[in-house]
Amino acid sequence: MQEAIQKPVQRTTIPFGPQHPVLPEPVHLKITVEDEVIKEVVPALGFVHRGLEKLIDIRDFHQMIQVVERVCGICSMIHAMCYVHGIEELMEIDVPPRAKYLRVIWSELHRMHSHLLWLGLFADSFGFESLFMQFWRIREKILNIDEATTGNRIIVSVNVVGGVRKDLSQEQMKWILDELAEIEQMVKRLSSTLFEDYTVKKRTVGKGILPREQAIELGAAGPTLRGSGVAQDMRQLGYAAFKELDFAPVTESTCDCWARCRVRYREVLQSIDLIRQAITKIPAGEINVKVKGRPQGEVITRVEQPRGELLYYIKANGSKNLDRLRIRTPTFANIPTLFAMLPGMWLSDVPVIVLSIDPCISCTER
Amino acid sequence: MLENVVLVTPEILVGEIAKTKYEGYRFVTMTCVELDADTAEVIYHFDRDFTLKNIRLKLAKDTDIPSISHIFMAAFLAENEIQDLFHLKFKGLIIDFNRTLYFDDDAQSAPLCRYTVSQTKSPEPELAQNPGDA
Repeated sequence: MQEAIQKPVQRTTIPFGPQHPVLPEPVHLKITVEDEVIKEVVPALGFVHRGLEKLIDIRDFHQMIQVVERVCGICSMIHAMCYVHGIEELMEIDVPPRAKYLRVIWSELHRMHSHLLWLGLFADSFGFESLFMQFWRIREKILNIDEATTGNRIIVSVNVVGGVRKDLSQEQMKWILDELAEIEQMVKRLSSTLFEDYTVKKRTVGKGILPREQAIELGAAGPTLRGSGVAQDMRQLGYAAFKELDFAPVTESTCDCWARCRVRYREVLQSIDLIRQAITKIPAGEINVKVKGRPQGEVITRVEQPRGELLYYIKANGSKNLDRLRIRTPTFANIPTLFAMLPGMWLSDVPVIVLSIDPCISCTER
Repeated sequence: MLENVVLVTPEILVGEIAKTKYEGYRFVTMTCVELDADTAEVIYHFDRDFTLKNIRLKLAKDTDIPSISHIFMAAFLAENEIQDLFHLKFKGLIIDFNRTLYFDDDAQSAPLCRYTVSQTKSPEPELAQNPGDA
């Protein structure tokens, strides 16, 4: 018996995914463990690659809005906004101020429903199914707002080159404010379970540590980066109407799953505040301008998706089809952080840690 | 046009990237653009305090590109993606999927290349006519 204990522990490689109950989308991790402690991890992709960037060959620059909205359903509006910002910059189009505020309102609604979806999935990953359903119940209210104001619940399709397709009436904005007040109360009621419950803390505090220096070194983005104490949020660039709103990035300093969860939770409340500010300040006027000509040149635009920094590189040659469209999504940036978060953790912590970066594989592979 | 652009050759790429890291930039991503049938361009994007720095590398498609993944580990995914989609080759990748990041082992095409090298069937060699053979 004594001899058996002294023998070196054998290494075992365990496949995690591509199909796993905690993963909303397929990603595969080859996890090497000693006993049940993770030693190495190698990610593998390629299960949902669709080659959407290639569609520039057959879709013109207006039609590509519908394509980029389908890179990711959950943040479709923000993909489209990033894309049209790029085209508008190339074509030197001045977007009406009202359209900029409307973009802020719909993009923050998207951030809220994305974070609420994630908070539910995260609760489910550590076995809190009732909490999962509570968060998704709140999310339904945001989807109802999207449906009432745009006609669609997820892919709202409001962005066009030169502005937005839909406007909000005074009655609609008042109704949104009433709904947000209710949503705020509902979200706050769940705070004690999410952050004070013994089991939740046991599963999230001190798990998947990503120190600040490593987060920067590994190119982390969004709540994954801000959960490590780095105050970086692309909304600080002031795109759309963000420069006219009172905004400061949400950060946490404990660098673990708990911190990343807390950043997203606080960002839901921050988004409510931003929408309130936008509705208070929104000017009257046109919501789009007529677009003439075709884009030419190259441009990089960046916006803040719910999962982090989204970058679009657009190269156009003056024809109706673009020369090159490159989309770098935040999960693409956050996958390398798993190299720092997983080693040293227990195998049973993998679902919670992987989910803590809010992996969106459709975005990543495009 | 892109701002803050530095042009490099494959020989000085790694030095420029190391200098960029020393200056406090973080790696954002890489973009590959096919220029014509023989040449491509790889643009490395870095960020410091919301200012982008773009390092442009123009090269022949059959040139091996030195990997920067030993300087910025985060670059390994972007380099593997370019290997898959454009069939460029990065030397010294810390994790090399060998063009299987998105595709199967037997995938041959470079889907984001407009100009592809096609192999035409060479004409059958004409046999010397020798009346004596008939």
